Amino acid sequence: MRRFWSWSIVGLGVVYFFLPLVGMLEFSLKMRRGAYSLDAYASVLADARFRATFGYSAVMAALTIVLGVLIVVPTVFWVRLKLPKLRPVIEFITLLPLVIPPIVIVFGYIRLFNTSSWLPLTGSTLGSDILLMIGYSVLSLPYMYRAVDTGLAAIDVRTLTEAAQSLGAGWATVLARVILPNVLVAVLSGAFLTFAIVIGEYVFAALLDRPAFGPYLVWAGGNKAYEPAALAVMTFALTWACMALIQLATRFSRHTRMQPK
Amino acid sequence: MPRAHLRHLPMTWVGVAPFLIFAVLFLLLPTANIITGAFVDDKGAFTLVNLVNLFKPEVLNAFALSIRLSLASAVIGCVFGFAIAVAVSLGGLPPVLRGLAMTFSGVTSNFAGVPLAFAYVATLGRVGIVTVLLREWFGINIYALGFNMISFWGLTMAYVFFQIPLMVLIITPAIDGLRREWREAAEVLGATPLQYWRMVALPVLWPSLLGTLALLFANAFGAVATAIALTGSLLSIAPILLFNQIRGDVLQDPHLGYALAFGMIVVTGLSNLLYVSMRARSERWIK
Repeated sequence: MRRFWSWSIVGLGVVYFFLPLVGMLEFSLKMRRGAYSLDAYASVLADARFRATFGYSAVMAALTIVLGVLIVVPTVFWVRLKLPKLRPVIEFITLLPLVIPPIVIVFGYIRLFNTSSWLPLTGSTLGSDILLMIGYSVLSLPYMYRAVDTGLAAIDVRTLTEAAQSLGAGWATVLARVILPNVLVAVLSGAFLTFAIVIGEYVFAALLDRPAFGPYLVWAGGNKAYEPAALAVMTFALTWACMALIQLATRFSRHTRMQPK
Repeated sequence: MPRAHLRHLPMTWVGVAPFLIFAVLFLLLPTANIITGAFVDDKGAFTLVNLVNLFKPEVLNAFALSIRLSLASAVIGCVFGFAIAVAVSLGGLPPVLRGLAMTFSGVTSNFAGVPLAFAYVATLGRVGIVTVLLREWFGINIYALGFNMISFWGLTMAYVFFQIPLMVLIITPAIDGLRREWREAAEVLGATPLQYWRMVALPVLWPSLLGTLALLFANAFGAVATAIALTGSLLSIAPILLFNQIRGDVLQDPHLGYALAFGMIVVTGLSNLLYVSMRARSERWIK
């Protein structure tokens, strides 16, 4: 009886979740009249704007990840080593982007960094790009911080640091050549999640008026028939790939940690 | 000794300075700017007029719709997500199904925004797969029956798509915290499964459930992209109103924009506060 109910619920869930996925897949194949074809995908891939915006967002995601790592890893390391009392404060700050809606954060950027302010980032293309990258780092902060914090919890930070220092390493060397390699897997899982979040992000890109993939998606949704479904399928596949890579990374880390010391 | 102390303290703080400067500049100051903006007028003098203006019918209705939408999608997501989590964790199903459900939830909870709207249109739009199949196989025309994607229930259905997976991800660890001994003890004392759930499991899980409900609520409340892609900013929910306001000052009053944003922070802040306090309470039982 229990199993019957369990199967029914799972079955219901499968129907609810697979119908839209099947729906978008089927719809994306219907561009040619009367036969399934990959025309919609070909049309998307041939669109210069698709390539430009996707490339832009991919580069943005990569830069966001670099900035996120540069900010998060040294901070988590330092707090664990020297300022454990500060940990709740840091943790609280990193959770704020989940509390404050992204649209409010970007609104704050537009008002605070406008052309007549002391730091007129929104006034130039480069400035807006930098602001977008920073905004994305803020959005990914909760995920990046938690990933790195879990990673650092698994290693003996103090002993490793002292060992490296007694061998003559400076702080930069300790971070780059001792700590970072040890938390690389954690950083990677944070990075893939960041990528999945950033690649199709809409609100920041639209309000900062950047030519990113998210605004392109909305534009395609309003102006094309079959391409949006194809784009959705491609984005979904990309999200899967990111999650698969995270799983792979965690499995890999478990493997290395199991090895005898 | 005091000199060494003095030199020591700033050096330790230097290590977290980049993070703190980053957080202050790009998270705390922008938010503070919005909040203070909600309390001043054009000349910079303190006023409560902006907040009073939130009670204009146009704004009030947007907030009411947003809150109803977030609440409905959160409750539905909570109920079904919980059912799925219980089914795959305790339902006696093959263990592989649980791993699949978790991975799938990880993917779909991140598959929100614009692509979700496209998938939804391809499913329940005028030529979507479900619409067409219902019409051709059963002769049911959902549009003739009054279904509309750009409506309260239409949008709720779409939001549930990312709410359920989030619920599964968050509540499964709590379900894992239910000890086997509790169930056995209840059974030994003659409790039926229903009694066990009603008198043991649900009271223990209650704070987690309520807390996650608050989190799902905040999650839906701040979401903009799905709604914009689906409705083309037609549906007047609070975040879309703010979006339009930022884009083109539709309310003819820049300070009302601040007040709108402030209102959103209050709503999501309160629900997150509920989440945190409920979480602290649930940790008494579930470790």
